Amino acid sequence: MSLQSARHPDPVDPIFRGLAFAAATTLLLTLGGLIVALMIGGWPAISKFGFGFLTSSTWNPVTEVYGAAGPIVGTLITAVLSLAIALPIAVCVSVFLTQYCPKAIAQPVSTAIELLAGIPSIVYGMWGLFVFAPWFARTVQLPILTSLDPESFWGKLLAGVPNGANIFTASIVLAIMILPYMSAVFRELFRSIPPQVREAAFGLGCTSYEVVGSVLIPYVKKGMIGVVMLGFGRALGETMAVTFIIGNSHRFPDSLFASGSTLASTIANEFNEASGVHLASLIALGLVLFLITFTVLAIARALLSSQRY
Amino acid sequence: MFKPFALALGALLMLTACSDKGATTAEGKDAPAAGDITGAGSTFFAPLGAKWAETYKDTTGVRLNYQSIGSGGGVRQIKVKTVDFGATDKPVKPADLDETGLLQFPIVMGGIVPIVNLPDVKSGQMNLTGPLLADIYMGKVKRWDDPAIRALNPGLKLPHLPITVIHRADGSGTTFLFSNYLAKVSPTWKAEVGAADALEWPAGLGGKGNEGVSAFVKQTLGSIGYVEFAVAARTGTAVANMRNHDGHMIAPSIEAFAAAAAGADWANAPGNQLLLLDQPGAQAWPITGTVFIVMHKKQDKPASGRAALTFFDWAYTNGDALATRMHYVPLPPEVKQMMRAQWSQITGPDGKPVYAPATPAPAVAASAASAQ
Repeated sequence: MSLQSARHPDPVDPIFRGLAFAAATTLLLTLGGLIVALMIGGWPAISKFGFGFLTSSTWNPVTEVYGAAGPIVGTLITAVLSLAIALPIAVCVSVFLTQYCPKAIAQPVSTAIELLAGIPSIVYGMWGLFVFAPWFARTVQLPILTSLDPESFWGKLLAGVPNGANIFTASIVLAIMILPYMSAVFRELFRSIPPQVREAAFGLGCTSYEVVGSVLIPYVKKGMIGVVMLGFGRALGETMAVTFIIGNSHRFPDSLFASGSTLASTIANEFNEASGVHLASLIALGLVLFLITFTVLAIARALLSSQRY
Repeated sequence: MFKPFALALGALLMLTACSDKGATTAEGKDAPAAGDITGAGSTFFAPLGAKWAETYKDTTGVRLNYQSIGSGGGVRQIKVKTVDFGATDKPVKPADLDETGLLQFPIVMGGIVPIVNLPDVKSGQMNLTGPLLADIYMGKVKRWDDPAIRALNPGLKLPHLPITVIHRADGSGTTFLFSNYLAKVSPTWKAEVGAADALEWPAGLGGKGNEGVSAFVKQTLGSIGYVEFAVAARTGTAVANMRNHDGHMIAPSIEAFAAAAAGADWANAPGNQLLLLDQPGAQAWPITGTVFIVMHKKQDKPASGRAALTFFDWAYTNGDALATRMHYVPLPPEVKQMMRAQWSQITGPDGKPVYAPATPAPAVAASAASAQ
């Protein structure tokens, strides 16, 4: 210590170090406090319903019986679906930007993508409710409903009220929301690949497709998995946009075009008016969401830290 | 070594200078924050509260800071005394009032109306009854050409369309009143679904807020929903008629809501807990709701209690015209008088009433005149 202070006589240094340390600990304490607060707030529900809280899909504020299965399933389905839609597009966008696109266009396009990421989610929600959902109902759902046999497999999978408020449209809007973020990070990943790798592949006579598919993507694979998990984490917690167009029913969704709910949308919808066990159940939903997101992000961190980009 | 400190000091000085300046200009322009009235609760009350507050500030200089956080939130906030008053669409139970030392009184009323989206059906053409509405919302009546609907609407061309039920997704006073009405007129609804501010809905899908419900109804052919009258009037969706307690089929209107209030027995409602559902009266609309103001009987700061009551007295006396214009329903003058008398229960630490309504007699005349 004395050695160190002899080398750094500047009194600002320990102050700055203290400040940085305080900032970091405050953040950690906040996180810990959050978990404790969620546990305490949700305890009445957790102790009353036990493990059944996670497996029951009853959500009845009249009889005060609550189960989180409906929202949990809705959350996972929308997040997975949105990822399935966004991932291939994000990969294509970033490959195009880093490999094929002329430099003069690449920069403005990248900036535009980053701007997309900055649009508030309520705007996506409004757009989804007033523009996308009606369009989807008219041009996709109605033709499907009228042409398919309702008893067939596809008829059952795609059954639902033709107004565009369902799990599938919610997933599409979610995909649009996580797409810019994912493409931006993918682009950075591709840029981090040393140019020699790419040049060597071309030198061996690979086609562009082979370079991307067999060399570049495998090179950043671990990083990509990390990004996918981060995108997944975002999709899990997204609230406002989903609340507007998912249809908000607590039942198990029985088709792709059925209305559902997510953990976040249920909390957003009912928190204002809730009291007693209802309130505790909503807080417990928050805890469940926290745990799911935490798990996903922990996996992402582990994967990302094993590869620097 | 000295430089960063000097910089930090300079920045700090500038910051304080700026905030000082901000504070003085704010104080110079508007009334000091100490006299402000703070309230929270009902989203239904919020638009009217804002308009009233605007006019009130112009005449008295006192500001109202109202947070539209929902009825349940409003009651929670007043219980922990973070606000001067709470506003709620669902009355607090008398036992709960006694336990927490609260007083509630009605401030204004409104109506809830069914809206439908069917080809060639306009406002006032569709006839419904309470039990039928319950059956539709339970998913028992599935299509628009169901015999039960046809019997009520012999003149209407009803298509063979599935009925899409739209309800509120968020917990709300509107759902509380709507489900209480259905529970009142349909024993099956009462047994199978029940009444609360959020439900386990047997059918349909949920929109967020009144706006979400009317958007879904507008976008879905063959749908039915329920919204506050003001919202239906604003969005222009087709409003249905309802059969009331006396058996008359009536269209929703300010007069019909007022008729429901006229038959209400406020004098015998403990804690002013009264739901204006399925009220008797030839012209009474069956689903009418009231916004209640909730305040502590024991005021720690008599000045803020007095300021709030002064505002509500002003609203009782001068607010009716504005309320009617915004599709709210003013209270009958005799109810207002009854509530003014109850305000003497709100006392300061010294046990004396914090506010005495100034001139009761002319106030009645004024509100009666403006109610015309």
